Amino acid sequence: MTALIFLIFACIAVFCGISLVVQTHPIASALSLIGVMGSLAILYLQLGGEFIAMAQIIVYAGAIMVLFVFVIMLLNAGAETPTFQASTFVKYLGIVLLVAFLGLISFIIQAALPKTEGVVFGGFQGTAADVGRKLFTSYLLPFEVTSVLILIALVGAIVLARKEI
Amino acid sequence: MPTSYSDTYFPVLVQIVIAVIVAAALVAISFLLGKHVKNRVKDSPYESGIAPTGSARERFSVKFYLVAIVFILFDIEAVFLYPWAVVYRELKLFGFGEMLVFVILILVGFFYVWKKGALDWSHEAPGDSPYGDPDAAPQSSVTKNAA
Amino acid sequence: MPANFAPSAADYLRILPEIIMTVAGVLIMLLEGWLGENKKRNLSVQTFVAFAAALVSAVAANGNPGLSFSNMLIVDGFATFFRVLVIAVGILSLFSATQYLKREHAESSEYYALLLFSVTGQCIMATANELIMIFIGLEISSIATYVLAGYLRDDKRNNEAALKYFLLGSFATAFLLYGIAWIYGTTGSTNLSTIRIALLTPGSETNVILAGTAAALMFVGFAFKVSAAPFQIWAPDVYQGAPAPVTLFMSAGPKAAAFAVFLRVFMTAFGPITSRWEPFVWSSALLTMIIGNFAALMQTNIKRLLAYSSIANAGYVMVAIAADSQIGVAAAMFYLAAYAFMNIGAFAVVTHFSRQGEKFVNVEDLAGLGWKQPVTAALFSIFLLSLIGVPLTGGFFGKFYIFKAALDANLVWLTVLGLLNSAVAAYYYLRILVVMYMKEPGEATLSLQPVGVGIAATLWISAVGTLVLGIFPSVVLNFATASSALVK
Repeated sequence: MTALIFLIFACIAVFCGISLVVQTHPIASALSLIGVMGSLAILYLQLGGEFIAMAQIIVYAGAIMVLFVFVIMLLNAGAETPTFQASTFVKYLGIVLLVAFLGLISFIIQAALPKTEGVVFGGFQGTAADVGRKLFTSYLLPFEVTSVLILIALVGAIVLARKEI
Repeated sequence: MPTSYSDTYFPVLVQIVIAVIVAAALVAISFLLGKHVKNRVKDSPYESGIAPTGSARERFSVKFYLVAIVFILFDIEAVFLYPWAVVYRELKLFGFGEMLVFVILILVGFFYVWKKGALDWSHEAPGDSPYGDPDAAPQSSVTKNAA
Repeated sequence: MPANFAPSAADYLRILPEIIMTVAGVLIMLLEGWLGENKKRNLSVQTFVAFAAALVSAVAANGNPGLSFSNMLIVDGFATFFRVLVIAVGILSLFSATQYLKREHAESSEYYALLLFSVTGQCIMATANELIMIFIGLEISSIATYVLAGYLRDDKRNNEAALKYFLLGSFATAFLLYGIAWIYGTTGSTNLSTIRIALLTPGSETNVILAGTAAALMFVGFAFKVSAAPFQIWAPDVYQGAPAPVTLFMSAGPKAAAFAVFLRVFMTAFGPITSRWEPFVWSSALLTMIIGNFAALMQTNIKRLLAYSSIANAGYVMVAIAADSQIGVAAAMFYLAAYAFMNIGAFAVVTHFSRQGEKFVNVEDLAGLGWKQPVTAALFSIFLLSLIGVPLTGGFFGKFYIFKAALDANLVWLTVLGLLNSAVAAYYYLRILVVMYMKEPGEATLSLQPVGVGIAATLWISAVGTLVLGIFPSVVLNFATASSALVK
């Protein structure tokens, strides 16, 4: 059952990922991205990351997608018009390089991993309470410093969006 | 107590499946039962309204973008509040203090955005906001494809 | 859950410089709402006070070194060295920026707040002992620098610089993050010492392959941030497009901090798999030196020329990393300090000379500067001579120690090629000197105003720093050598 669910949502994720790149209209790409995010959330859930699955939905599928859509509207981006004609050589080289990169990664994983055990589905270790305990003990400092990161993102957006200084 | 994720989240899965089926069914039924009349009048946005002029897609003010980014940042803050709230009793005052520091730093950002007028949507002083009037005519430079 | 998880007072003392700068940045953002236009110049004073306090507390924190916040941070000689360096860079860029911002009518509180936050991020990078902290510190530093690069909103060059820097920078950060994920998957930890122990454990053959991949991915991220080849392409465009004081800042501060984490991660965590990453660093060092120096030969824009020079200098530091020894670490530390001074000095001259809207940024515009403003030209000559590596300047000893470390590590060919590169570099630096002293003053030079207080302070401090490092190198070198043992 778990393997089946995994396969279904993994396929959806890959399908939406390809669709994201292939679509010419930015809004359609953004919607495909929601599909990727949603199915990834299910995969996280299967691996036991309850909290991270929820964060994935709230932050990525929710907030970040809103931003994407707003930016698309801000730029008034219509359907993609091919202004830049990449040479066929570059296109094919890109495909070859991508396949080589994926092959390399999978080769490394295949060569290195058989000895270790596979992924364990389930196991309640990534609940909000577990994350909370970690966050306020070992990871207290990164947690606090993250607020500075958020603050600076805010200042950056304001500075870059203003009309004049 | 369920022992695995599949058990715990099985109802959620059922719900997702039902939701997908219902949505698909609604689209399919209206497609199958509806009449398909195709002509110029039917395809216009308002069949008996004013004839549309220009493109429906206009450039939005940058303010929408600012609101969206402020929303993201507070969303991330909210995500951090969940695990804190769950273990709040264990952490006691220490956790409260640390979360206070976190929240205050982000509130400073909020206060700053506010003071800067980025959230100012009032029409009374349109020239005042450094981020422009959201309702002002868009400087359309790329909206020429739909004529 | 441990009973006493609250951090101790010692923990807070070890992170005091970061706290001071964050609080100062926050205060500036809050005060901006109330202060009128005429009070804004006080903000630079406040920024300076914060930097000075952070500098003092960084030095004081070194009195009680150790780990803090559950091994997230480590305060040791190495961390202190880089903390002091990046804060000093922050102060010098503040001096040159105040005048520049007034000239461009762009004085505002954000510039100072972003500068403070950026330096905070770099301090976190210098002290981080954990990949997550490194990542957050790097992001704080980078995002602030992206925004600073596009600070003058209406200048197209600024927009281009910020956009290029941001897009390519985020891409590089993604590689770094992917590498962190790999190493976490391999060793189950993001703590540098724990990773090292896991890789040293006998029988972890499979882990070595995975860790090598992680090292390669993280190398991409770091190489981008230090503008090492083949990830240097962004640097000339961004350095040229950004406001001059920002270029000054980002060619010294973020670069030094990125080298600090580069050294710490590769010497400690990836120390057990040196044989796997050394070829990368070796070839990247060579490529960086060659690309930087030869491309600089053809530049007519002085900011672009200095950008390529900055790439070439990153190559020299990479040679020190390739040496993979304590002497190499000490040499890299010394060189980065010397480089910060001479490079900041050179960019301060550019800031001064370029005038409003950065009109005069060609090498030819400098014609006759030696006769119009002898002092500025003399100081500029010191920086250029130091960049060439003439004795009695910091640049000479920096290069000397680096190539000595490389020879000790039997990197003979790299040393020879590096020295040949330095000879090539002499040509384009000397060309600037020739233009300054041998040519008749042109329109650009004749209309030059006297040097303002801020720029003068930057120039003099940098010149004194360059000369002190060149005449009494032992002061800094001894400290660097004493703190170069990264593996505890």
